Amino acid sequence: MTDTDGRTLGRPPLSLVIPGALAAALLVLPLVTLVLDTPWRNFFDELGSTVVLDALGITAIASGVTVVACVLLGTPLAWLLARVEFPGRAVLRAAVTVPLVLPPVVAGVALVTALGRNGLIGSVLRDATGITLPYTITAVVTAHTFVSMPFYVLSVEGALRASGDKYDVVAATLGATRWTTFRRVTLPLAMPGLVAGAALAWARSLGEFGATITFAGNYPGTTQTMPSLIYTTLQSRPEVARTLSMILLVVSIAILAALRNRWLTTP
Amino acid sequence: MLLKKTVSLAVLALVLPLAGCGGDDEGGHATITVLAAASLTGAFTELADQFQKDHEGVTVKLAFDSSATLAQQAVDGAPADVLATADTATMDSATAALDGDSELFATNTMVLVTPTDNPAGITGFDDIVAGDVTYVVCVDTAPCGKVAAALLADNTVQTAPASLEVDVKAVLAKVTSGEADAGIVYATDAVAAGDAVQRFEIPHAADEVTSYPIAALKQSGDAALAQQFVDLVLSTAGQQVLADAGFGKP
Repeated sequence: MTDTDGRTLGRPPLSLVIPGALAAALLVLPLVTLVLDTPWRNFFDELGSTVVLDALGITAIASGVTVVACVLLGTPLAWLLARVEFPGRAVLRAAVTVPLVLPPVVAGVALVTALGRNGLIGSVLRDATGITLPYTITAVVTAHTFVSMPFYVLSVEGALRASGDKYDVVAATLGATRWTTFRRVTLPLAMPGLVAGAALAWARSLGEFGATITFAGNYPGTTQTMPSLIYTTLQSRPEVARTLSMILLVVSIAILAALRNRWLTTP
Repeated sequence: MLLKKTVSLAVLALVLPLAGCGGDDEGGHATITVLAAASLTGAFTELADQFQKDHEGVTVKLAFDSSATLAQQAVDGAPADVLATADTATMDSATAALDGDSELFATNTMVLVTPTDNPAGITGFDDIVAGDVTYVVCVDTAPCGKVAAALLADNTVQTAPASLEVDVKAVLAKVTSGEADAGIVYATDAVAAGDAVQRFEIPHAADEVTSYPIAALKQSGDAALAQQFVDLVLSTAGQQVLADAGFGKP
């Protein structure tokens, strides 16, 4: 047992080792038992079924588009919150993080009141264009973006604040416009925060269930994501639900591992 | 096997100190827990009140959820005394936990409901058959979804529902909030929703009747009291409460 700095610091104290080990056990043990309890014989049969492929496809599309939406919309918001003084900034910062603590089902209900067929914006949209959001994959992406964006914004805003604005000031004194400074100086400095935020948002979107099923509905091939499929399957065929959970787990770990090798290597 | 034993011992050691907190029967006070299908919410709340009035010092705790979830909990040894499900299949899946045979105590049929203002102008189930209506039903892994799927097949409905909801309350919520033009729910849900919905009969609904069984559980801490609750549900008074809620005779 050596610390990173060698032996000079002494043994790690038990008061840290024991709770740490407990935490690790709590996080890892249920996953291990899930793996042991999965009927692996059915793994490839289930993986090949239309319903599962549909759900995987929708989960992949939704989480992918969600990350893009978070980057395109969330980065400017994070920049505004970190760099621009405006009245109500503190309130806005608190408000955009609220979806973090909302139970996902409540997030779904909130989305219905705003964008549902009879929602404040949704009804105007319906009367004007005939377009309704619920029961479409657009609604799935909207729900996912709603619950995932706070993770992204918090992460990027933290990175922007940590890098500070002194390089921005230098760039400005050298004649750079604010947009050039943002593109060439601010953004590259905050890149680790962007990548970490995107990964968090993607992970949140992958597991999203409550807001999706409440706002977007649940129909195979249009709005049914993997978590929705797992939940509905759990009602009648728990062993199949375990196989489905394992498929989602394997796919997400594979993608995380691939990302980690490429971008997320920690120093 | 050895691993399982060691794990269960470890879990027991962790949980045992907590078990003392759940004790009842102090000063003649007893509690029974009734696990009941979500569609029984109204009727069983009233029956529980009735039971508490008849039995001084007894508290009835009610847990409403989907039948499948409750049956699974009963088999897993959840501390409960009575189980009432919305179909016989889920009750059969809990056979291992039952104290004796289950008894049928009510039936239910499905109806079509629309929001009160009926935005799609639905005049009957024919409009669903004709298509072009945004309607929702239960997912077919839930008992209400099995019946709904059978009814859609019986009436050769070609258009798919907009969404498969996890339970019948979610279907009703989609309709009452106007997020769906119509939904297929139990007759009892239509009664409970009152003025919030318009109700239409579904052809062949009488062929797809669901039966509700009830049984006392093996893990009951007070078998006599559990049986008395079952008896109340089956009694004339209990049957009247169920009839008022829109249930049919078993």
